[in-house]
Parts: sequence; C-alpha cells; structure tokens
Amino acid sequence: MNQSAQALAAHPASVINTCPAPRPTVVAENANVKLQVEGLHKRYGEHEVLKGVSLSARNGDVISLIGASGSGKSTMLRCINFLEQPDAGVITLDGISIEMRQGRSGTQAPHQAQLQNLRTRLAMVFQHFNLWSHMTVLENICMAPRRVLGVSAAEAEKRARMYLDKVGLPGRVADQYPAFLSGGQQQRVAIARALAMEPEIILFDEPTSALDPELVGEVLKVIQTLAEEGRTMLMVTHEMGFARQVSSQVLFLHQGRVEEHGGAEILDHPNSERLQQFLSNRLK
Amino acid sequence: MIELIQQYGLAYLFTDGEGFSGVAMTLWLFIISVFLGFFLSIPLAIARVSEHFWLRWPVELFTYLFRGTPLYIQLLICYTGLYGLDVVQDNAMLNQFFRNALNCTLLAFVLNTSAYTVEIFAGAIRNIPHGEIEAARAYGLHGLRLNLFVVIPAALRRSLPAYSNEMILMLHATSLAFTATIADILKVARDANAETFLTFQAFGIAALLYMLLSFALVGLFRLAERRWMRFLVPTRG
Repeated sequence: MNQSAQALAAHPASVINTCPAPRPTVVAENANVKLQVEGLHKRYGEHEVLKGVSLSARNGDVISLIGASGSGKSTMLRCINFLEQPDAGVITLDGISIEMRQGRSGTQAPHQAQLQNLRTRLAMVFQHFNLWSHMTVLENICMAPRRVLGVSAAEAEKRARMYLDKVGLPGRVADQYPAFLSGGQQQRVAIARALAMEPEIILFDEPTSALDPELVGEVLKVIQTLAEEGRTMLMVTHEMGFARQVSSQVLFLHQGRVEEHGGAEILDHPNSERLQQFLSNRLK
Repeated sequence: MIELIQQYGLAYLFTDGEGFSGVAMTLWLFIISVFLGFFLSIPLAIARVSEHFWLRWPVELFTYLFRGTPLYIQLLICYTGLYGLDVVQDNAMLNQFFRNALNCTLLAFVLNTSAYTVEIFAGAIRNIPHGEIEAARAYGLHGLRLNLFVVIPAALRRSLPAYSNEMILMLHATSLAFTATIADILKVARDANAETFLTFQAFGIAALLYMLLSFALVGLFRLAERRWMRFLVPTRG
C-alpha cells in the first residue's frame, strides 16, 4: 500500500502547514505524469459506453479499474491503445498527446506513426491470452521485439528466455505451442511477451478472468512481482483483494463514468453508495 | 502389352522424341500452375477479405467467374477463343503468347487453380481467432508486417488440408491439356491406344501413373501437416 499517499490524503492541511515550499511539490508531481487520459468518450451506436472518463498515471503507479460488467472499464483500457477508437478525449504519453485526425465519415483517427509508437510503448495482456497459436512460446515472445522493434534474433531470444524465467516458466516450454500449456502458463507466457517489449506501461485486461480458480494465484503472483519492481501498470480486474494489495490508485467505474477515485483504501472505506453496493455484492 | 511399354514407355514417362511428354509434361503443367497459383492467391486472398469494397469485389468477381465455369471451357477460351479476337492477333506480344499451346494451357490452369486457392486461403484468414489479430495490432504490427508475420503464416497452416485437396484435383485436371495438343500423360495414352488398339492397357498405364503421382502428393502433404499443424491440438484445462 502507498503509505505516503494515504497520509497525504488523510492530513492534507498538516502537510501544507509543515512544508515550507508546497508549490514545487505540485510542479514535480505534474512533471511525473507518465500517462494522462482526459475526457474519454466512446459510443456504440446509441449506447454510450464511456461518458468522459479520465485518469492520470505517474511512473510506478499501479492503477486498478474496477466496476460491474458493462461499466466500461475494459473499453476504457482498450481505448488507451486505440484497440477501440475513442470518439472524443485526449491521450497523452510523456507530455505528448496523440494527434487525432478527422477520418472519413466524420470519425476521428489517430496519427498512424504516433499510434504505432504508442503501441510499442504500451504492452497489453488480454483476458483470453491471445497468444499466436501457430507459433511456439519462444516465437510468440520474440515476434514483436524482432518485427516491430527490430531487435536481432539472438538478442530477442536472450530476452525471451530471461522473461520466461522471470514469469516462473521452465526453459523447456519455450519450444511448445500455446495449446499444449495450461491457462495459467499461457497467461504467464503472454506476460513474458509483454515484458519482452520492455514497455513503459503494461495494460492488463482482466488477466485472470478466463482462468480456472486454482490457476489464478500463479498469475497474480507474477503481476505482484512486477508491481513491486515499480512498473507502471493499468489493470482491469475483478480480484478485489489483489487490487487492494497492489494498487496505488483505484478507479471505480459505473455506467461509463468514474464514480469514485482514490487510493487502495477506498476499497475498505468506500465513499459512494454505488461502490459500497458493488463491494458488498462481491462478498456474497 | 510388352510391346506397348517398349514402344511408348519413354513417351509415357519423359519424352516423345519432340519434347517433354507424359509424366514429365504433366508434372511441369502441375508444378507451374500450382506454383504461380500459390503466389497469386496470397495477395488476392488478402484483398478478398479486405474491408475495402474496391479491393474486395474484383477478386470476388474473379473467383466467381472461374469457379462458376468448367475448366474445359476456360481452356477452350484461352486456347482457341482469345486467338480469334482481332485485338490479340494485331498485338505482336499477345499474338506470340497465344500462339503457343502450352502458354494458353498454363494460363487457364493458373487462373483456375488461383480462383479455388483464393477462396481456401480467404476462408482460413477469416478463421484466424480475432484475438490473435488484435494482439498483433496491440503490439504494433500493422499493414504489410501484420500480414507477412501473423496473418499469412497462420492462414497457410490452417488451410493445408483443404489446399492439399485442391492440389490433387489440379493434378487430375491437367489431363485436360491433351485437348490443347499438349503431350501430357493422357495424350500419350490416346496416341498409344490409337496406334495399338490396346485400350485397357494404354489407359490403364495412364491411370496408374496418375495414381502414383497422387500418392506421392498425399505423402508430401502428410509430412507437411505433421510439420506445420502440430500446434492445432485440443487445449487441456
């Protein structure tokens, strides 16, 4: 848990009183913002899934997006790397916003070169793993570093084996096809694939929702290790206990809006009625 | 029978004295058609599943035409029909091309097998799990690279069984080449039959040769499937 953030939240006045120069702190905080998402809107036909959601991630932040199914949390995550095309909103990485261009039929389209650059810097882990089934584990992990980043074959393989080891998979799975592995193993391969891009931010889209209950633990353990390393991560999850443990920020989405936003402590002391309701339903 | 083999054995297999004939000619027709057809089909299959109407519909029309008419008619049009047009006769290059029976035959065969192969590959592309394409996009692959490194390898592997079937059908379809005076296996068999009246033996040998070629092809594809389709097993847990 982020102790200082909690302390700050609990006693904002005392901080200002004791700190001789509060101003620079604020500036430093702004400069620290890694990823800024502002006013994201997304609609499918008549149905508006996102009604202006925002978030701001600093380096090392672990942000959990929670909410009932249909609340828009997965859509929000997928809008950040443009797997879904947001209808409005600004995404800013390291202070540089993705330029939107008016496409045909009035839709907005991101600037191609910027989009590809963004995607190499944000790696994604999917609910259903989405490993390339016709490639071996090793080929899966080496693919994007080699073909997108232009890393040499030898270097890519070295990286792949290192990250396989890191997610706790034995070297012999390297030459197997994904279909021969358990769900937990496949998801760990998918995490290794994300790590091999050496991304600045990792997006997790319900990484354990498709797993058998007994396999959830092994994947969460890997994600926790990554959180402890100080990696910046955005995670859509239904694992409340885990979110409480690793998150520096929690966003609770309800019907396309951020209903509540705070540190991990909001999971223990929710302010809004909706979050209270959501959490109590979870315990049943 | 012995005399038949003595007299026509070489022609059945390799040469009739004027050029390649028999098995050699059949294999040549087959390999060129399938080779060119393969490389033509890949970009066409990608266009076939494109979301852009103007890329998609010409290919759709092409496969519709060539799958909608018998190969024999396509061969007749290529071999005799087109040469009857003034445009073709007046153009030196076209004139030269269409005067050669082998060129006409190969053109008909390549276009025909392409039409079927495009549909096989396009079906395989549609069958790639959507999530795999999405993952490739999320990791920064797009356009040519997306097709080259993810879509095509995935689709070709999945289309092996259907494609091997099309290859065997194509091998047998080359026997139509005799109608354009090409000296393939069947042409040699017909000549032998006309000369000796040993109908059963003459065509029997031809059938046997086609069968051997088919078995070799089936064997090759079995090896290919073992090599490239290992990844498709039912997932455990």
